[in-house]
Amino acid sequence: MPSHTFQLNGETVTVDVEDDVRILWVLRDVLGVTGPKYGCGINVCKACTSHINGKAFNPCSVRVADIGTDDEITTIEGLADTAPGDGLHPMQEAWLEHDVAQCGYCQPGQIMTAVALVNKVRKEGRAITEADLDTIRNVCRCGTYSRIREAIKTGQDAMARGL
Amino acid sequence: MENHPAEGPSRVSRRSFVGYVIGGATLIAAADLGLTPSAANAAPIPSVPQIPEVYDLNDFLTHCAMPTSNLIAIEVDEKGHAHFALPRMEVGQGITTAVAMLIAEELELPVGHVHVTLAPARPELLFNQLTGGSNTIVSVYTPVRVAAAIARKALLEAAAIMLGGAVTQLTTKEGVISLPDGSSVTYGEAAAKAAKPTTEKVEVELKKTSDHKVVGKPHRRIDAREAVTGKKQFAMDLDIPDALPTMVCRAPELNGTPESISNKGEVETMPGVTHVAIIPTGVAVRAKTFGQCIDAVRALDVTWNSGTVGGLSAKDIKAELKDGQIPLAVPKIGATSVDGEFTFHFRSGSALEPNCAVADVRDGEATVWGGLKSPIDAQGRIAKALGLPQTKVTVNVVQGGGSFGRKLFSDAAVEAALASKAFGAPVKLMWHRADEPRQGRVHPMAVSKVRATVLAGSILTFEQRHSSVATDFTHGLGERLTAEVAALPTGLSNLSFSESIFLLSQELPYNFGVVTQLLNEPKPEVDRFNTSSVRNIYSPDVATASELMVDQLAKKLKLDPVVFRRRYLKSDAVKRVLDRAAELGDWGRSMPAGTAQGIAVHKEYKGATAVLVEIDCRPETVNREVRDAVTGPRITKAVVVADVGLVINPAGVNAQMMGGFSDGMCQALTYSNHLVDGQFLEASWDNSAYTRQWNTPFEFECEVMESHGGQPGGVGEAGVAASMAAVACAYARATGEMPTEFPINFNEPIHFKPKSFIPSVPESPTDGLAYTF
Repeated sequence: MPSHTFQLNGETVTVDVEDDVRILWVLRDVLGVTGPKYGCGINVCKACTSHINGKAFNPCSVRVADIGTDDEITTIEGLADTAPGDGLHPMQEAWLEHDVAQCGYCQPGQIMTAVALVNKVRKEGRAITEADLDTIRNVCRCGTYSRIREAIKTGQDAMARGL
Repeated sequence: MENHPAEGPSRVSRRSFVGYVIGGATLIAAADLGLTPSAANAAPIPSVPQIPEVYDLNDFLTHCAMPTSNLIAIEVDEKGHAHFALPRMEVGQGITTAVAMLIAEELELPVGHVHVTLAPARPELLFNQLTGGSNTIVSVYTPVRVAAAIARKALLEAAAIMLGGAVTQLTTKEGVISLPDGSSVTYGEAAAKAAKPTTEKVEVELKKTSDHKVVGKPHRRIDAREAVTGKKQFAMDLDIPDALPTMVCRAPELNGTPESISNKGEVETMPGVTHVAIIPTGVAVRAKTFGQCIDAVRALDVTWNSGTVGGLSAKDIKAELKDGQIPLAVPKIGATSVDGEFTFHFRSGSALEPNCAVADVRDGEATVWGGLKSPIDAQGRIAKALGLPQTKVTVNVVQGGGSFGRKLFSDAAVEAALASKAFGAPVKLMWHRADEPRQGRVHPMAVSKVRATVLAGSILTFEQRHSSVATDFTHGLGERLTAEVAALPTGLSNLSFSESIFLLSQELPYNFGVVTQLLNEPKPEVDRFNTSSVRNIYSPDVATASELMVDQLAKKLKLDPVVFRRRYLKSDAVKRVLDRAAELGDWGRSMPAGTAQGIAVHKEYKGATAVLVEIDCRPETVNREVRDAVTGPRITKAVVVADVGLVINPAGVNAQMMGGFSDGMCQALTYSNHLVDGQFLEASWDNSAYTRQWNTPFEFECEVMESHGGQPGGVGEAGVAASMAAVACAYARATGEMPTEFPINFNEPIHFKPKSFIPSVPESPTDGLAYTF
């Protein structure tokens, strides 16, 4: 059985699993990290969105063999540790402030997408626009889309203040 | 204004109710779950007005619950925290938060000290453990408060002895009981002393609504922090020893069944795979990871028996529904008749969390964990499928990742139990996304015909004939109706169950002379299509048809849609929400060509909803490009005004209205399942086109009006119907063409390449790193 080593939420992990198993199942079924959710398995619903080296990606569509020892994967469980201070990530706080979640199933993915999107537009030297928000593909079957849009704007401001 | 519930079964005097302190080592206060006054007083039904005005589906659900007379209990622990196992299911609708608020209010505890969990299947509750019809808060509102008040009373009595004072001198705040001299004990300290050796009957008074400090104020969901940190556990997140991932390879045709497997041995040796077996609905595969289940499902070579709808397509079903329609009573009379016929296509009821359950069936016993809204029914179905007595089946209820009517059924739990039995090993069974729209439960397709007669400026008649594919109500409700049929209002006993539900839920809120709204199901068999009472059952379609016709009538009488509605509405509650929506949304403001406002109302669940939207149907908007997406007309603004009776948690109501709007909007514009040659084509979220961010309005506003009612109404579904109708009405006004087929894009060329039916699930891509951002 091949062995794979990568960085997960700040720790080095090694798993023995076949090369072609997608990272989502390595996280959920092998390592018991269940924050990233399954919603489609074909990179459409985005419920599993996590970060690789600080960028949003969908672990349902990446083979474990395609990531290296130094690649840093962050799931919702490790997001708070990427922000200053001991509390939650400012985007998680924004989600609480707007009471975004309903059933909550999609929300880990929504938050991970939101953080990556804010970072992306910030690197482009600008703020989030309605057009940026329209590019988010994450499905929320409870239909919390409007609150997600509001929370992202709040989270963006807090991230800019370095909270 | 203060409102009192009417006299009920265990009522003693104004605001006074009887409950129990249960004998035991800890303080357990209990009340009768049947303690809900409103249904007992439902009046006999006159032939006019329509039935739901005096006795609606919620009364029926509450009424059915009453004879079971079973206790629900609140326990106060040594830390002074209250614990309550709710015999309902949380699927995102916010009932655990609302119930925690009710308990906190009456018990004078911080909401954070109230822990609401979900009760496992309690067969003794009979019907009274079904989460549906937006009935939870309506039915538990009184008993939960009574149990909490009894717990508080017991704590006060214990504290009086401990502190050496009188109960009347004591005050309670935030879980601390104090005497005026400052001496105090905590709830935790008092709880141990308050426990009683034997069960005692206790009489209590409930707080006045005007004294409420928690109820009626917005409160964040009690599980919000778990949700945003990834700690909230759903069924597939549970760590049940040795329960390995399991998926099912399904037939290419709807409801096809497996005959044989030609390569079972080969698949069993694939990486990670532990078991392969035929179950009634397909071939189950158990493996170390779900990814390996997907690979095995794709590799299986199965011979299939045919399905239940042969080679039929949507157009065939439409013809069938039209042929079977109940005729209109009033003949078409030239210029005085206004006619419309509307088709509503199948749409998937899938939640984002697919159908799933954990099962451990070994040694003649079964334990199942799942998001189940009818756990008693699930327990019975699982026992039957396994050939076990019901007492050997334990059903644990887990919070669900959405439901929308889907989780009234236990499809995945029964499959999980059968697979676990076949394998002799625990399983964590989950449907693939592709299985959901293709084989999962759908909202039944329907054709709604409306004819109104207008003479000399008056509406003389309004008839609606709703012909529908049969809705499956066999989740425990049917048997109960049979049992309760004698107690039902006159005129319901000879109808089918679906017809009864229809009559109990549909109410045209207008003075349109002779009004009849009738349902029929030309083919009543429920095993042909897999249907369920998807969020709000018939109402979104019935309301969309009737509200479009209301706009037509307004046009015929040369009246503005709001003016017309105000003139003909018979309910003050509906007029209030209509007026407020018109005001908030600036009804009648000038709009560019190709854009328009639309407005619609709906009355149900003991409340009223009005929705105003603005739609943009200009080509530059309609034709905007988003990869693999359905764009089309865009709702740019939405205003929802709701009167939902007494409000427990305004934040929760607001959330339900937003969610209901998202459903209603896409049902009008984009969301459907295409039935072609006995197969549903959709197999992914990009295929089905539920609302996404690129469809979401730029502005959304919801106002929950102060209610004139003293009892809570239903909230979970109340936002869907008026939203769908308002979007349809706005589209008609923007384009000048009344839509008659829903969603409006149904007959456009299919926007996706259908995924393969064999294999039944798509391969997971490997190029995810090409899409990072």
